[in-house]
Parts: sequence; C-alpha cells; structure tokens
Amino acid sequence: MRRPTEEAPWLRWVLCLAAVGVAVLFLVLPLAAVFAEAFRRGWEPAVRALADPDALAAVRLTLLVAAVAVPVNLVGGVAAAWAIAKFDFPGRRLLMVLIELPFSVSPVISGLVYVLVFGAQGWLGPWLEERGVQVIFALPGIVLATIFVTFPFVARTLIPLMQDQGRTEEEAAATLGADGWRMFRHVTLPNIRWALLSGVLLCNARAMGEFGAVSVVSGHVRGETNTMPLHVEILYNEYQFVAAFAVAGLLALLALVTLGAKAVLERAG
Amino acid sequence: MIEVQGLHLRYGGVAALDGVNLALRAGEFVALLGASGSGKTTLLRSLAGLEFPDAGQVLIEGRDMAAVPARERGVGFVFQNYALFRHMTVFENIAFGLRIKPRRLRPGRAEIVRRVEELLALVRLPGMGGRHPDQLSGGQRQRVALARALAIEPRVLLLDEPFGALDAKVRKELRHWLRGLHDRLGLTSLFVTHDQDEALELADRVAVMRDGRVVQFDTPEALLAAPADAGVAGFLGDAVPIDCVVRDGQAWFEGLPPVAVAGVAEGKAVAFLRPVDLLVEPGAGEARVAAARQDGRGVRLTVETAGMLLEATPAPGWMPRRGEPCRVTALAARVFPA
Amino acid sequence: MRRRAALPGLGLALGVTWLWLGLIVLVPLSALVLRPWELGLAGVWASVTEPRVVAALGLSFGAALGAALVDLPLGLLIAWVVVRYRFPGRRVLDAAIDLPFALPTAVAGLALTALYAPNGWLGAPLAAMGVTVAFTPLGVAVALAFVGLPFVVRMVEPVLRDLGPEAEEAAAVLGATRWQAWRRVVLPALGPALVSGVALAFARAVGEYGSVIFIAGNRPMESEIAPLLIVARLEQYDYAGAAALGLAMLLLSFVFLVVFGLMQRRLRRGVV
Repeated sequence: MRRPTEEAPWLRWVLCLAAVGVAVLFLVLPLAAVFAEAFRRGWEPAVRALADPDALAAVRLTLLVAAVAVPVNLVGGVAAAWAIAKFDFPGRRLLMVLIELPFSVSPVISGLVYVLVFGAQGWLGPWLEERGVQVIFALPGIVLATIFVTFPFVARTLIPLMQDQGRTEEEAAATLGADGWRMFRHVTLPNIRWALLSGVLLCNARAMGEFGAVSVVSGHVRGETNTMPLHVEILYNEYQFVAAFAVAGLLALLALVTLGAKAVLERAG
Repeated sequence: MIEVQGLHLRYGGVAALDGVNLALRAGEFVALLGASGSGKTTLLRSLAGLEFPDAGQVLIEGRDMAAVPARERGVGFVFQNYALFRHMTVFENIAFGLRIKPRRLRPGRAEIVRRVEELLALVRLPGMGGRHPDQLSGGQRQRVALARALAIEPRVLLLDEPFGALDAKVRKELRHWLRGLHDRLGLTSLFVTHDQDEALELADRVAVMRDGRVVQFDTPEALLAAPADAGVAGFLGDAVPIDCVVRDGQAWFEGLPPVAVAGVAEGKAVAFLRPVDLLVEPGAGEARVAAARQDGRGVRLTVETAGMLLEATPAPGWMPRRGEPCRVTALAARVFPA
Repeated sequence: MRRRAALPGLGLALGVTWLWLGLIVLVPLSALVLRPWELGLAGVWASVTEPRVVAALGLSFGAALGAALVDLPLGLLIAWVVVRYRFPGRRVLDAAIDLPFALPTAVAGLALTALYAPNGWLGAPLAAMGVTVAFTPLGVAVALAFVGLPFVVRMVEPVLRDLGPEAEEAAAVLGATRWQAWRRVVLPALGPALVSGVALAFARAVGEYGSVIFIAGNRPMESEIAPLLIVARLEQYDYAGAAALGLAMLLLSFVFLVVFGLMQRRLRRGVV
C-alpha cells in the first residue's frame, strides 16, 4: 500500500528517467560535445592551441578584466545590500529594481550603451580622443562592459539573505559597544560569508565568460583586446575547430568548477 | 536613574510614542505592561539608542542621551528573540562586548576568560562556553543573552519580552531567578511584557502603556486596588466589563442587584467585575448555573443572567449543578463613566 | 524626511551604491534612451520598421517565446523530480540544472552547433528524419531553450518544496485521485512561479547573443536575430540606428513582461 501522495512506482520511474533524459540531452550532451571536439585529434593539438601566444594573451586579458570587474561589483554590491537590507529609506524599492536592471538588458545592448557614450561618435568619444584616451576597442571599454553585465550578482545574492537575517544582531552589537566597522566585520560579514563567496563566484564566472557585451566594445584585436570567449569565436570562424573547442573547453571547465564550488557552498551555508 | 520626559515618536504618520513620561529610581525593577502596539518596545528601544524620538528627553543617570549613540550608552539590552550572534560560540557571544572595547579599556585575554567563566556560572551555564546558539534550548539562549548583556557591566538592564518565547514552566522558573539576579547585582531594570501575571508578580512598579502613553505607573497592589481608568481595569485581572447606570450612589445592572459605588458621576457607566466580586448562592433567582467544574483551585462557576455569561464564586459548601437556579450578589465593582 | 537609524553606515553605503549604479548603469543607459532621436521621430520609426529589422525582431521574440514555452514542461518535470523523488544521481542532476547559467554563452553556442550540425551527434539522426536544426530558426529556438531552462526550474523548485505534501494529503482524504490532486491542488499553487520562470527565461532569451549566433546561420530575413542587427549597425557606425533598435527591443520586452506580470497576478488571485 503506497501513501496517497506518492505516484505509482512505474510512474515515478518514468518521470525520473524523463527528467534525467532531458538533462542529458539538453545539458550534459553539449558539455560532452565541447570536450569531444577539443580532443578529436588527441591531447596534443588541444594543448598546443592553449599554449599559443594569442591564446595566452586572451587568458591574461580575461583574468585582468575579471580582477577589476569583480572587486568593483563586490564593493558596490555589499554597499547596496547593506543599505537596502538594513535600512528603510525613500527610494529603496526603486534602487532594488535599478540594480536588477542590467540582467534584463541584452548583452549586446550592454556593450552598445558604452559605445554610445565613449565611441568615436559617442558623447565623450571625440573629447577623450583628443586627449589620447581610448575606451572603446580597448581595455577600459571591455572592463566597463563586463562590470555592467555582472553588476547585480553580488547584490542579489546578499539582499534576500540579509533581509532575512534582520538587523537585531547588529543592534545587539551596537548596545554592546561596537562601532560600525566592528559591527560589520564581526557580526554581519561572518553571517553572509558563504553567500558572498557564492555571489563572487557567479560574478567571476560571468565576467570571464561574457561574450556579447565584450564583443561589441572589443574591436577583436588578436593578442590585445581578445578575451577568451572572443578568441574562441575567432578560431571558430577561421575553421580552427580543435583550437576553438580547446579554449572553449577551458572555459567550460571554469563553469564546472564554479558550479561545484557553488554546490559545496550551498551545503556549507 | 532613568528619566523619560515627553517622548514622541511617529512612524509614518502613526504615533508610536505620544508623550511618554516615566522615572525609574535606582535599583528598581519595573515592568512595561501593555497590549501589542502600545509602544512599550519602542520606548525600550529609545532608551537603548535603537530608536530616535522626534521630541522629548531621555536621561540616564542624569545625562541627556540625545547625542549618545547606542554603543556609548552602556546599557544592557536583552532582545526579544535574544539576537545571539549565530556564528559565534556561547563564549564568544558573551566575550564580544569585552573584546571590542578600545585597546586601553580592553581587559587582557586571561581576564576576559575569567569574566566569561564567571558570567557563565552566574547564569548557571558552566562549561557551556563551547556550544553554538543553535545547540541550546530556549531558556539557555535567554540566559546567554542575559550574560552577554551583563558582560559590559551595565547599571541599567533593558529586557524586551524576556520570557516571551519560552514555554510556561521555564518561564516561571526564570522569572524568579531573574528577579534574584537583579537584586543581587544592584541593577536598575526595565522589562517589557504583555503578560500581566508576570508584571504584577515580579515588578516593584508597573507602567501600563496604551496608545503610546503611560496611562498608569504604580505598584502592583495600587494598580489592582485603584486602576486609573476603564482601560487599565479591563487589562488587569479577569474582570469583564458590564454596562450599568450610576444613580443615587449605586450602580444599577440588568440581571444583577445594584452595587454601591462612590465618586462616580451619575449616568451611563461601565463596571468591571472579577470572579471574586460575584458571590452566587443557590435558590430561586434570575440567574442559572451555566457551567460548573471542579479543578485544582476550587470550583469554577459560570452563571448566566440577563443574557450574560459571568464567571463567579460559589457560596462556600455548595456544589452547583448545571441548570440550577441561583442568586448573584455583587460584592464590589470598579465603575468608570462610559 | 530620513529617520535617524541605529545602525551606522547608511550614508556611506548609499553614496557608494548610487555612484556605482550611476556611473556603470544609469548614465550609459540614458544614452540608449536619448540617442535614437537624432534620427527624428520619423527616422526612428523607419529604422525599426525596415523589413529586415521586423523579421529579426519577429524571430528574436517569437523564438524566445517558443523556447520559454518549451522550457515550461521540461522545467516543471525536472523541478518535480528533483524535489519529490530520491534516486541515485539526484544531486548531480540538481547541480547540472545551473549549467546554462554558468557556461559562457559562446561555449554553449559552439557546443550546440557541434551537436546539431548535420554531422553532429544529434544533428545526424535528426537529418535522417528530415529535420534540420542548425542554421535555421529552429536552431535559434533550441539555443534559447537551453539558456532559459534553469530559470523555470529554479523558480518552481522552492515553491514546490514549500508546498509540502499536506495539501495533497488533504485532497486525497477528500477523495481526489492522484491526478485530480495534482491537477487541482499542485498545479494552481505552482502557477505564479511557472509564469515568472517563463517570463525570466523569455527575458533572457530575447537578448541572447553568444549562444545563438553560432547555430543560427545568420541569414537575413530568415535566421538573423535582432541583437546581431545591432552589432551590424554599430559596425557601420550607425550609432543612432543601433540605439533605436536597442531601445525598441527594450520597450518590446517591457510590454511582454507587463503581460506576464498581469497573468501572474490573475493566477495568484485564483490561488489565494
């Protein structure tokens, strides 16, 4: 006799198999395809593609961009979450909507807006050009576009958690004599550390993997303004499939590590 | 010791505090009693520097607190749900207030350990320092919260519904223990409660709050004997309000014999009758026994008269039966003009 | 009037937040709103009603809607199985759901192309059945369904978990069959979450670029998505035209999201 809220065993089996089937077809197979294509001719060509100077330059640029974009969004996200979750002030809801805004904008538009401001015919473009500052088709533009697309990650993981935790622990710290910094350092930060780390990881994964926005502002100069995803595209368009999939495999690995770390963090938090 | 004068605080158009005046003497144990929304927690938080009044003054030991932030007030505050730091052990929770003192005031490491051990013994949790808050029972958490608040050696202790989240048995136990602790440490304490038994049993004086004001501030005996108005009378004891008319120095009821009252203006009024004020005798009368039940404290009797159900006291030696006719006499009533 | 707060740091936090938000998001986005009008009203209208633009917008929004609707049953199935059943590999399945979130879009695009190309693992058998996926609008929809799937699962999962078995037990006690309980108790309770999942998947899919351009083939009037047209206009230094198209996309998605929001509100009222 099975419980009234349980399906018949055969139905459970069918549903489980169907779900796993969908996941394999839809999620796992594409991932497997990346690695299969990368190692189509064995390890050696794949490794050679990664050791190529242009590929290495792309890796370096990607790391550099993430190293700037992630801390900016970390500081901004923590500040925003602190204000929104711990205080009542006019405009609080508006602020929450605005922070989520970059997620509802196409990556291409995220790049486009910076071209409209800093491009050759942009608002500030000509003025900057006279002074020898190049933003679009250069590192600053790539960094800005990356900050834009990864903007909400930290804030949106922190806000619900911090709202949930309320402010009584901070108030208790205040009545015990803690100043603002100590309150944050000893009470707030330990309570949000896992969520913070998880937000940073997601932010970082997106920052390293962003394609559309960066593609618009990059100019695609090999060895200079090519990030890893852009390098993948160039290689693919030049029919260097093994090399393209090798670099793509490296990015896929980053995604897998991020997912694994996130799963571990969720269990820790 | 604590003085509050003309405190006003509005939350978006609603007056949470509407001119509160209150003065506590050193060493007093005072209860803030009121229904939820009466402003008692807001008042307590204003004293701790967690809320900021729009007008009025808070003085602690004669010092105006207006410009003093919470962290410099040096009052002990026990939060309603304890607000223990969940990521810290019991030891770290209690030591927090000591460890974050500016370096020149901070006790040494060994001294902190000694003080925390002392506090753990004081709240009867010796050897529990290594636990985390989620490994403690409600009563234990409450005592950790208290130890944490006491660690900074406050002269004033503020407690927000200190027993609110505990079950009845633990609550009774902790009550008397807390009172003993207060006396032993020579604290001045103010605690918020909505439980009149707790307030009347424990406090030296009780401040009854309603609609953001202190409507009466008196000893428990005085409160019970002479409630300031109908609201206070209704809030205290098990009294039920009954409409009546005052004429010729007597309150006239429907279904009950009149009761003598003094000093109440003639006209419509409301009377509060406690079970002990109503004596019921067997025999033909307007009333009937609606329910009668023996329990640990004696016979609990409910009579019906003129469509009202009233709890009352049976005459000695009589065991009422349901449906039996009876006579009700009101021995006393607190009557207020309607 | 701002009330003084007991906790410190509001001023600093708000200052940092608005600076960050203003410089990174608001100022650049204002360019998108302001610049199209350099063309004049008629010019903007002409630039967003070109046949090629209309076809691209139709493909972007149509494929996004189709993909989100495909994600609806698939996402519901996966969420149900992950929340309700215990079986070996459940944890892996749960973690794999987020793959489209974490996988860089260009990698996803490449992978899907390899998979569905006429000689790919899935493309070859499909071609034998006479179905071409890669380099057609169908390919666009497949890529968009891929990126949208986790949104539906992740919106439904927590609601399903909170729902618990009590409501279904009550239905069973009242004489409902398993199917009736599911149809009349579970599904209505999940309704609002399903709609918001579909809305999120749709919003993400409309603007998607990286995972689509490889598999789409990008033939004008047939398999060219709107974001690609923006890129094309930028390459011709047609800033105002690119901005006009970007703004049109934003406004159109806004209209769709409002519709989804209204649907959700109606469903929610039905539940409560």
